[in-house]
Amino acid sequence: MAYTERVDGRKIEELRPMEAKVRVIPNADGSAMFKIGKTTAYAAVYGPRELYPRFLQNPERGIIRCHYGMMPFSGSGERIRPGNSRRSQEISMVMNKSLEPVIDLSAFPNAVVDIYVDLPQTDAGTRCAAISAASMALADAGIPMKDMVSSIAVGQVDGTVVADLSYDEEAYDAIVSDIPVAMTHNSKEITLLQMDGEISKEDLMKSLEMAKIATEKVYETQMRALKEKFSNANNEVEK
Amino acid sequence: MIVNKETISELAAQGKRLDGRPLTEYRQPIHIETNISWTAEGSAKVQIGDTVVMAGVKLSLEKPYNDSPDQGGIMINAELLPLSSSEYESGPPGIKAVELARVTDRGIREAKAIDMKKLCVTPGEKAWFVIIDIVTINDAGNLFDAASLAALTALKAARFPEVDPETGAINYKKKTDKSLPLLKEPLAVTIYKINNQLFVDPTTQEENSYDARLTVASDEKGIISALQKGGDAPLTNEEISKMVDIALDKAKLLRGKLDKNLG
Repeated sequence: MAYTERVDGRKIEELRPMEAKVRVIPNADGSAMFKIGKTTAYAAVYGPRELYPRFLQNPERGIIRCHYGMMPFSGSGERIRPGNSRRSQEISMVMNKSLEPVIDLSAFPNAVVDIYVDLPQTDAGTRCAAISAASMALADAGIPMKDMVSSIAVGQVDGTVVADLSYDEEAYDAIVSDIPVAMTHNSKEITLLQMDGEISKEDLMKSLEMAKIATEKVYETQMRALKEKFSNANNEVEK
Repeated sequence: MIVNKETISELAAQGKRLDGRPLTEYRQPIHIETNISWTAEGSAKVQIGDTVVMAGVKLSLEKPYNDSPDQGGIMINAELLPLSSSEYESGPPGIKAVELARVTDRGIREAKAIDMKKLCVTPGEKAWFVIIDIVTINDAGNLFDAASLAALTALKAARFPEVDPETGAINYKKKTDKSLPLLKEPLAVTIYKINNQLFVDPTTQEENSYDARLTVASDEKGIISALQKGGDAPLTNEEISKMVDIALDKAKLLRGKLDKNLG
């Protein structure tokens, strides 16, 4: 195996440093900031609220709508033109699918919960950071959830399976595979799975096993931030 | 209690506001943070009360315009993100975003805050273009002042990226220690009028209930570089004189915060 030492000196299963905070956007019904390495995602949840146009309404249950966006100055190269791109539309769609399984909006027919995620700076792993932030914001908003969703990329760099690939690793001059994964905490089910690059089945399964441990670390960070907020809320009541 | 324009108007007549502030006092905290985005050449996050905006500067090398072959250029864009308020929807910028961008742009452009000639690399062929993007994180009122403060802070914090002397390609991942050629430092202050009273730094509620407003961009010497009147009601010369006085005074306060932050 040629890739024995990671570009930034991390251990193979080690994630970049994480920071998380909820209730960062007072206007929103729920919000969160999730930072991993030099990738930062802000998420805001609005709703449940009435869904227009009406033909999109589901009379049996409310729906969620994810909106992913990179800020114009958040790319490591040239400025990104504002507005939807094919990439942002696809990521919004897979985010939706990654969060839907844990959300129960049966009490809110015809309603929508909008989840907006915008990133001021990015360095790989943006959809994973977006999902982890969105999941926290949903919990902060008090949306009925059966489970928490935590997301991280795993993959293989020149024959070595690693967790949380950085941009330099994604661009490493060898055979690389990048596998963004989202996982539910209790049931350990995968709700996001994409991949690009090259990988053997053996390494794929090894990566997915590593994802279980890696998403657990993300989960701990998410929960710490949520608990912090709720313990602060209790303190305020006591005053 | 139902709060509407009348409530705000009656309170103002007594020199009062819903949140208990004096008419010409900004909300607290006024907080400025720089370099919040490593991918931008310069960036800032500004908080005024509950209002939070970010600004990021991107630099690129382009062909100068035909009518100014020895100059670079600037562009300012504003995005009112749906993330920042339930009032905003996805889609192309509406008139509110366009006005915010243009007023912020004029304040900086017309003050000739950036030495455009120093942005030129090769006349007629290559010059630096400065693009400032302003995005809202939480709109709780007074975006004009917050956007202007964020834009100027991001400009001051910006550093040129490295350019390969052979190929002329920009290496965005490596910044030099060279900052932008800033000649002046314009800041905008917006004064609102309701029921013949003047006030600054409106909340969202107050922004929905005013008669007229005037945005005044001025530099550190008190020279005015841009004005924008808004609202349905007209203004007299006397009122404008008072509004400009308040704006010049409040610009000093914001400038103090900025200087303190950037040391």
